[in-house]
Formats: sequence, structure tokens, C-alpha cells
Amino acid sequence: MLTAISRIIKAGWINFWRNKWLSMAAMCVMCLTIFVITSLILVSVLTNSLVKTLRDKIDVSVYFATDAPEEEVLNTRTALMELGDVVKSVEYVSRKEALDKFEEKHKENQALMQSLQELEDNPLGASLNIKAQMASEYEGIVNFLAKPQYQKIINKINYRENQAVIVKVSSITDAIQRSGFLISLVLAIMAILVAFNTIRITMYSAREEINVMKLVGASKWFIRGPFLVEGAFYGIIAAVVTLIVFYPILWYLSPKITSYLPGTDLFYFYQANILGIFLLQAAIGTSLGVTSSLVAIRRYLKEQ
Amino acid sequence: MIKFENVSKIYPMGCAALENINIHIKSKEFLTIAGPSGAGKSTLLKLLIREQLPSQGRILWHNKDIVDIKNSELVKLRRKMGTVFQDIKLLSNKTAYENVAFAMEVGGRSNIEIMEDVPRILKLVGLAERADHFPAQLSGGEKQRVAIGRALAHRPELLIADEPTGNLDSINAWEIVRLLVKINELGTTVILASHDREIVNTLERRVITIEKGKIIRDDEKGRYIL
Repeated sequence: MLTAISRIIKAGWINFWRNKWLSMAAMCVMCLTIFVITSLILVSVLTNSLVKTLRDKIDVSVYFATDAPEEEVLNTRTALMELGDVVKSVEYVSRKEALDKFEEKHKENQALMQSLQELEDNPLGASLNIKAQMASEYEGIVNFLAKPQYQKIINKINYRENQAVIVKVSSITDAIQRSGFLISLVLAIMAILVAFNTIRITMYSAREEINVMKLVGASKWFIRGPFLVEGAFYGIIAAVVTLIVFYPILWYLSPKITSYLPGTDLFYFYQANILGIFLLQAAIGTSLGVTSSLVAIRRYLKEQ
Repeated sequence: MIKFENVSKIYPMGCAALENINIHIKSKEFLTIAGPSGAGKSTLLKLLIREQLPSQGRILWHNKDIVDIKNSELVKLRRKMGTVFQDIKLLSNKTAYENVAFAMEVGGRSNIEIMEDVPRILKLVGLAERADHFPAQLSGGEKQRVAIGRALAHRPELLIADEPTGNLDSINAWEIVRLLVKINELGTTVILASHDREIVNTLERRVITIEKGKIIRDDEKGRYIL
């Protein structure tokens, strides 16, 4: 059994090595396939981070009346936090902080500053900046705040003004994710079909050999084995090549992408997940190589 | 050892390649099947290695009908026969050595046996120095000798040679025939199909002559007479 397996692997390697040019062609196509699939994964990392940045930019601010007791404002905050998964964060801005921010923002505007100083009291109320997990959940949060006990201390919620923007951003991020997935799927299928057919053509030349092996009395696995090994070699080597090729590409591109999309570092992502990425590439390569060989050989094995 | 009983082979479109063939081949015999091209010699041999199935009749190998053999056992049957094909059929991406070794690997022989036997076989067929050459680097006669070597690799009881001299000049052809005789003298049953009158006549062994799918003569120490 062990001898048989070692013979099959050796024969697979010899087939691979002696058909260098044909193997090279099959491997190039396989490389492209793995390259496309890896790119799609990296692009999806990018779109996810883009979507995340966009979502982080949306929030709803609740402005409280100037006479609202701080305690009740904080209670409202606790109640919102207790809504569970829906709410991502609630930032409390006290009256003092609001005033500081206002002054900082308008310190150039002398008229405004003067009129502010003429006022005895701080004219600004406390506020809560609410971020939801999903853009679609703001509506619910706003409805929650419509209860009478909150209404009497709330001055204004800026949701209505922002509603159009929120809905738009929400639909854009959804569309990016959905179409990204669809495009990836179509491209991946195309790449897989091309690789599959290339290997089938490579194996076509083995048709006569298979017939001879059968007439010499080789069992089916003894014929099939070396071709599967050959297919696996295509996959593994293509995965290694793609892994190496990506390194300089990302090293070059990553800073450029970061300047457009701050907070994303593809090169870092690649380095941090290099083992996982390689395993994925190798798995794609080997399974593609082995299945294509298996399907291609099956027809010739069947012929009597 | 081998019996053909009322065997017929009719190809699609009603073309009869063999009709009502009855042959009894004894162990260690050297049998020549003679006849012009298209007489049905190759078909007869293809039925024997079960590359094709007969339309009628039985083919017995040690009293067992090979038509009934399951696919899994077919592999074992073929390892008991060595076949030399008219179109040689070497594995083109394997060297002479590897072609012979392949037949032994297939039969599950150990690496040590292979390392001992292959050089011996290559020496027997006179190709010891050409072991590392690929089929494309060998002449027609040399290729045919590799094919004979491969057929002998698993020590078959029966060696089948279908027009092994068909594409060779007369000197090379004679060397091949002499090799087959030597193999037969070492104890292997040989069936040779040939349309070469000179070779058939010089052999002075049993000759079965086939014409248009029928046996017309079967003589001990026969000649090729039409």
C-alpha cells in the first residue's frame, strides 16, 4: 500500500516535471485564478472598512432642554444603553462641554462671543450622541425617545433633518456589500471554469497513455493517482507563486489606499493573516487541481 | 490453456470480422496466426486480451470464460498476459527502463525485484545501454524490443505479439522474431500474428491461416499458403 502510494506520488511528480511547458501553462492559469480570488478577498476587506467608516459617520443627536436635570439626562443614557444590541454607543455631552466646544468653534467670531458673555447663564443644553449598530435602527431609537417621560426634557432630536442622509448612506452601504459579493461570485466562477478547462486540456494529451496503462493491467487508482498528484502540484505551486507575487504589490499599493481610506492597512492585514491566506490559496488550488484532473480522467478511464 | 469455441465477432453495420472460430492452444506452444491485412488477426488477439468482446461464442482461459470476468479481475487476467501491439504503445513520457518497470509496478512487485529484473529484461531484449532513452529517442526496432521487454516484465504465461515486425526492415524484423523464439524456448506460450510470408515459413511452427474472418488452415510446422 505504502509502496503504491509512493509510486503514485513519484509518477505524478515525473509527469509534472517532464511536461514542464504544459504544466507551466496550467499553473499560470491556476495562478491567475488564485490571484483573482485573493484580490476579491482583499477588496471585500476594503469595502467592509469603507462601509464601516461611512456608518461611523452617521449619528443622531438628542438635545435636552437647558433646565433638564443632569440626573435625568444620564438616566436616559442608561435606558438607551439597555436597549441592547441595537445601540452601539451613546456619548454624553454635558452643558459645560457643549459651551466649551461652542466657544472653541466660534472664537474668531467677536460678535457672537460678546453676546454670549452678556448672557448670564449657559444657553446650551446637554446632549446625547447616539450611534446605532445598523443605520436602519435609528427610526426605532427615535421612537423610543418619543415616550412622554423623555419628551418633556428633550428639546430637539436632529433625526428628522438627517433622515434623508441616513437612509441614503444606509442604502449605499447595503448596495456596496451586496453588489461586491455578487461581482466576486461571478469573477470567482469565471476564474474557476477557466482553470478547470485548462487542466482538462492538459489531461487530454494523456488519453492514449491511459489506454496503454489499462492494457498493461494497471488498476484504476494506479492510473488515476499520478494525475491527481499532478493536479495537486499545480495547485500548491500556484498558491506559493501567488502568495509571493502579492507581497510587493501590496507593499506598493497599500500606502496609497490608506491615504484614500484612513484606517485601512492592507499590507498589514496581509502580513498578519499570511498563514490563513496561504492555506486558503493552497486549498483552492489543490481542490481545483484535483477535481479538474479527476473529472478529466474519468471519461478516459471509462472507455473500455 | 486457451480455447476459442464458436467465436464470432460482428462489428456494427453487420461487418463480420471473425466467423465461427475454433482454436485450442496448448501451454508452451508457439502459434503463428497468418493471413493478409484485414483478415481478422488483430480482432482475434483483441478478443483474447478482452480489449473487445465477442458477439458470439466462448473464449476459455484455463477453462474459465473470459467474457464473464468482472472488470476488477480483468486487471489480473491482463497481468498474466504480455501484449506487444502493432502500434507499439509505449508510454511516451517514460524511459525504456520506466516503461518496463511500470508493468511491474502495476503488478505490485517490490522495488528490489524491479531493480533486479528490469536490467535483466533489457539485457534479454538487447537494450541494456538504452535504458534511459525515451521512446522518441529510439529506433522502430528498439521501440518494439522495449515493448517486448514490457510484455515480459510481469513474467506472463502468454505473450501475444500483434504484427511486431510490421513497421521494421527485414534485419530488425528477424531480430524480433528470434527474440520471440528465445522467449518461447524459455517456457512462455507465444502467439504471433503476422502477414509476413517469409517469417511465417521460416519459423516451422504451428500456423493458423485466417482469411476473411474464417480459419482456412491449421497445420503443425505449417507454412503460409493462400
